[in-house]
Amino acid sequence: MRRLWMVLLLALSLGSLGAVAARSAVVPGLAVRSATASVAGQLAQLERQVNQARNRGDNAWMLTSAALVLLMTGPGLALFYGGLVRKKNVLATLMQSFSLMAIITVLWALLTFSLAFGQGTAFLGGFEYLFLHGVGGAANPAYAGSIPFETYMVFQLMFAIITPALICGAFAERMKFSAMVVFMVLWSVVVYAPMAHMVWGEGGLLNAAQGGVFPTLDFAGGTVVHITSGVSALVTALYLGRRLGYPEEPMPPHNVVLSFIGACLLWVGWFGFNAGSALAASPLATSAFVATQFGAAAAAIGWAGAEWMRNGRPSLLGAVSGAVAGLVAITPASGFVGPMSALVIGLVAGIVCYLMVTKVKARLGYDDSLDAFGVHGVGGTVGALLTGVFAARAVNPIFNQQPVGLIDGHPAQVLDQMVGVAIAWALAIVGTFIILKIVDGIIGVRVPPEHEVQGLDITQHGEEAYNL
Amino acid sequence: MKKIEAIIQPSRFEAVKGALQEIGVQGMTILEVRGHGRQKGHTEVYRGSEYTVDLLPKIKLEMVVPDRLVEAAVQAILKAAKTGKIGDGKIFVSSIEEAIRIRNEERGEAAL
Repeated sequence: MRRLWMVLLLALSLGSLGAVAARSAVVPGLAVRSATASVAGQLAQLERQVNQARNRGDNAWMLTSAALVLLMTGPGLALFYGGLVRKKNVLATLMQSFSLMAIITVLWALLTFSLAFGQGTAFLGGFEYLFLHGVGGAANPAYAGSIPFETYMVFQLMFAIITPALICGAFAERMKFSAMVVFMVLWSVVVYAPMAHMVWGEGGLLNAAQGGVFPTLDFAGGTVVHITSGVSALVTALYLGRRLGYPEEPMPPHNVVLSFIGACLLWVGWFGFNAGSALAASPLATSAFVATQFGAAAAAIGWAGAEWMRNGRPSLLGAVSGAVAGLVAITPASGFVGPMSALVIGLVAGIVCYLMVTKVKARLGYDDSLDAFGVHGVGGTVGALLTGVFAARAVNPIFNQQPVGLIDGHPAQVLDQMVGVAIAWALAIVGTFIILKIVDGIIGVRVPPEHEVQGLDITQHGEEAYNL
Repeated sequence: MKKIEAIIQPSRFEAVKGALQEIGVQGMTILEVRGHGRQKGHTEVYRGSEYTVDLLPKIKLEMVVPDRLVEAAVQAILKAAKTGKIGDGKIFVSSIEEAIRIRNEERGEAAL
């Protein structure tokens, strides 16, 4: 096959040389000048073709990444959460994730993409991209110079879908479906769009790549995705209160196998999430890909190892929960740190999230059903802060070759990270609380106790998962 | 006619069934049940939440046999089900007044 291509290429180049020679032969006096012009023209054309090929490579990777990130929500996160609930609530849990795949998509096209990525102010985007006006095949150099703006839009959409879906873990088994739909629509506008704009949007307050006032390093969404969702999860868990019977009544996961499949799909999809955030099929994408793998692995060992030491046995659920915690923590750091730093970040996240979920939650007594806060809120915060410690210009010279993180020689970055983390926490707490108050006032957020006992599958959706 | 009810370890079920068929027990009904006698349960831990599982899975066999087969059936179950550890289960024997085959309305031992 390769030989065939060589022969074809050779034939083509001989043919074009022949054409040049023939043209020179017709008007001998102009031969030299015309040959030079023609070579210059050919070079320009070749350069265009090389650029086009590179852009197409980037576009192929970015479309693949977008699909991988969608895979994280459905079936990844849906199964991860679905296995952890009791069997009377599994369909309702799957439906929460899946419905967001549809609802957030429509909302994104109409409104939220513009609010997140329009120019606007330092806090919120403008309205120029409403109804995706002007979002087409041409690149937007403010975001990604080598891919269609439309590709960037759809890649970012997948992030906007999974972020609210993560919150579902906190209110699982007790929230009204109708209330969830309204809550999520408002949350995407009030919390997600401003946070995404501040960190990644043109002119955003925290945008590190474009000289924001407090440049917060967040490669793939530690603050935008995991802190906002995790902290909002804690607020909803506190607002809704505990599930009936918690913690006296046993509520073990109804199918750990489903959770296992979901967690493994999350791990695979996360390569699109993190390596895709390089916005090109570049060496930086490879670096983020590698950091992702190493962070997840170290965290799985951290969580399962901590269990092994405390309980005498490592559990499968612990190992996969640890991997997810590591993926969360490496998310903001993935495009800024090398493999060894990724191992450290993952290990720390695995152990910290384990302690948070098993010890601190039990002591504080709140019912974050599936540990959305313990894994995403805590893991995201750990990751965002450690990004400020480990970020290195050798991996990503984002500050014009100046030192990037603490170890790199720029300790002030840790403070900038703290500002970004604090803003994400504050926005999530205030925004979520206000939205919950509104939704509770209009339709009520919690199902009646008899529906909770019967299960959400029958009472909210009129169907059952296992009709055997 | 006597009814024999035996609660046994699930892992011994195939051996018990084989031993009963060997001595000529014609039919049986089995149930998957949960319960406990003196055997203690175990704990399961999911993300730090501990659950004590004290009702353990068992198999319950029920069969009605002619009087002449009762002792042989009890011996067969004992031999096949015994591991010598707590949790091996129990056998209950009780009298049966009547048996009727639904298909042809035969009665008594002929219906077994």
